[in-house]
Amino acid sequence: MSKDKLKVAFFDFTGCEGCQLSVLNFENELLDILKYVDIVEFREAIDNKTDEYDIAFCEGSISTPSCIERIHDVRRRSEVLVAIGACATLGGINALKNLQDTESVRETVYGKDKYLFPTIPAQPIDAIVKVDYKVHGCPMTPEEFIKIFKALVMHKIPVIPDYSVCVECKLKENECLFDKGMFCLGPITRAGCGARCPSFGQSCIGCRGMVDDPNQNAQLEVLKKYGFSIDEVRKRMNLFNAKDVKV
Amino acid sequence: MKRNLNINVHHLTRVEGHGNIVVNMKEGKLEKSHLAIVEPPRFFEAMLKGRSFHEAAVITSRICGICSLGHQMTSLKATEAALGLEVSKQTILLRKLLTDGGTMQSNTLHSLFLAAPDFVNQPSVFAMIGDNTETVLRALRMKNIANEISEVIGGRAVHPITPVPGGFTRIPTVSELKKLRKRLVEEAIPDCKAIVDTMVALHDTIPNFTRDTEYISLQCDDEYALYDGDICSSDIGRVPVNEYRRMTNEYIVTHSTSKHSKANRESFMVGALARFNNNYSKLRGNARNSAEKMGLKAPCCNPYMNTIAQIVEVYHCTEDAIEIIDTLLAKGLKVEKPNQEPTKHGQGIGSTEVPRGILYHDYTYDRRGNIIRANCVIPTSQNLGNVDDDMEKLVPEIIEESKESIVHKLEMLVRAYDPCISCSVHLLDVEFIE
Repeated sequence: MSKDKLKVAFFDFTGCEGCQLSVLNFENELLDILKYVDIVEFREAIDNKTDEYDIAFCEGSISTPSCIERIHDVRRRSEVLVAIGACATLGGINALKNLQDTESVRETVYGKDKYLFPTIPAQPIDAIVKVDYKVHGCPMTPEEFIKIFKALVMHKIPVIPDYSVCVECKLKENECLFDKGMFCLGPITRAGCGARCPSFGQSCIGCRGMVDDPNQNAQLEVLKKYGFSIDEVRKRMNLFNAKDVKV
Repeated sequence: MKRNLNINVHHLTRVEGHGNIVVNMKEGKLEKSHLAIVEPPRFFEAMLKGRSFHEAAVITSRICGICSLGHQMTSLKATEAALGLEVSKQTILLRKLLTDGGTMQSNTLHSLFLAAPDFVNQPSVFAMIGDNTETVLRALRMKNIANEISEVIGGRAVHPITPVPGGFTRIPTVSELKKLRKRLVEEAIPDCKAIVDTMVALHDTIPNFTRDTEYISLQCDDEYALYDGDICSSDIGRVPVNEYRRMTNEYIVTHSTSKHSKANRESFMVGALARFNNNYSKLRGNARNSAEKMGLKAPCCNPYMNTIAQIVEVYHCTEDAIEIIDTLLAKGLKVEKPNQEPTKHGQGIGSTEVPRGILYHDYTYDRRGNIIRANCVIPTSQNLGNVDDDMEKLVPEIIEESKESIVHKLEMLVRAYDPCISCSVHLLDVEFIE
């Protein structure tokens, strides 16, 4: 293999490994990707291990003391660290457990053995170490991964949208889900997925996190107009954004 | 030979999730041999508490990326049973088509991407490019077609979008189905044949090891059971799904964040080999013939052959998917609104065969359609006891071999089970007292 190729590694913390699976799902692009980089560590798919990486893609939330140790270690050895998927960028679904008292959950599950299996509230990776880029979504949006990957290989800075899913949904000429009597988090959720869920008749569930400066007043007006309560919104939002929702 | 042996494979590669193999032998006596599960705990059942029936499948599909579809199907069946939601015949056919796609995808990923490098002595599928490029390309294409089924019907390969309680949010078009059918017939079937031929040539690399155990899977009268059926044990026959607890009996062990299970013996096996053994006669003709070609006959007690059984199922599901598409096209596709008006509330249990074995979801809903209690029993946690027992029999049999060879055979054994460790460590039996 050529010396010029970037050394790329994949790591997983607490999550479902669906984002790494999305990488293995690039059936048409995988062989091309391998022309430009060496995948030096990818426990889900290969045996090899290396010490230093040009790019480390990290999936999953930080939810145990050993996750904290490992992410510090990965950060030390990586030039660029990219968080992939909602667990890594937001805390994601894992953060739902933070809404309940940790000790009582552990006790109900493991009883007197609870100390064998330590856990801490689930957090996104940037709560612990510096994250250079984020590939949002649950699972991460594959097209966006390729876009960011290409930019990094060419030493350019990837552009990540800071407008709402509604923008992409309108461009697709979808009928607004609110008009169909459904609830949707599109107005405040960060675009980049091509409004995939609304395009398949399903509401946006907020898996890409909120835009940097969400227009809360406008969202509230929309909700009032269509008869949804604030409690309803909170519950829907904390599915992926539990750490950002004030209860 | 009075041998001392210490093996500790930390974070076994090419499996889904985090596991360590630990073997400790002192003066020829086996003191310890097990698969330690070190995956961080997930607390899924706790997360489900208070969530609406619309969200249950959205949340549980996130237990695992590889079997997200299987969790979704099982979750929807449990919710529909609890709330009395009837679904149409078209919905069932589309779900069976999705299940075929999910099985093809996962079995291909495991047998040809994760396990196959062992057969050709390579560290990964990427390293197989060069000597075995043709096989890799076929595997990639097969996985691509399987994922296309998920994308067309489900809206996405990982964590599908359209399946909801009571039906689908979007029905595929006739032309989408025709395009899928064309790829299945023109690409997938020839690839199945070629992959079978490749495996025939590699047959000698599969370790010769057998241990009789109990095999548990779904079973039904009219087809090779994947989406529906009764529980079937090779020891005691058929048991209704509602009695799943007596077929799983979970218990905690200290070396694993995942619980273990037992049914009628100390341990049992679920997954492709269990399905193959229990439902051999229901396999489609070409799939059954391919099994014979690859040296797999029911009943088979060699756990390493689970990988071969997965390939047989890929062939079966490819043919099954073509027939389902033909049925859907012949009947004509109807746009249907999902049936989401509950007629009752309380407990509901759903079970399907996901690629790694039989999966159960068990929910109890309150009158507002919110979850009070949830329990999911995952195939990998059911298999863990069997893996430990296999290791205990295997290690003394191969103790004369080099340490490298022993480690290799143990790793291959664990991989053969296709363990899905994120799934297994989702934590069980969280009872909420309110």
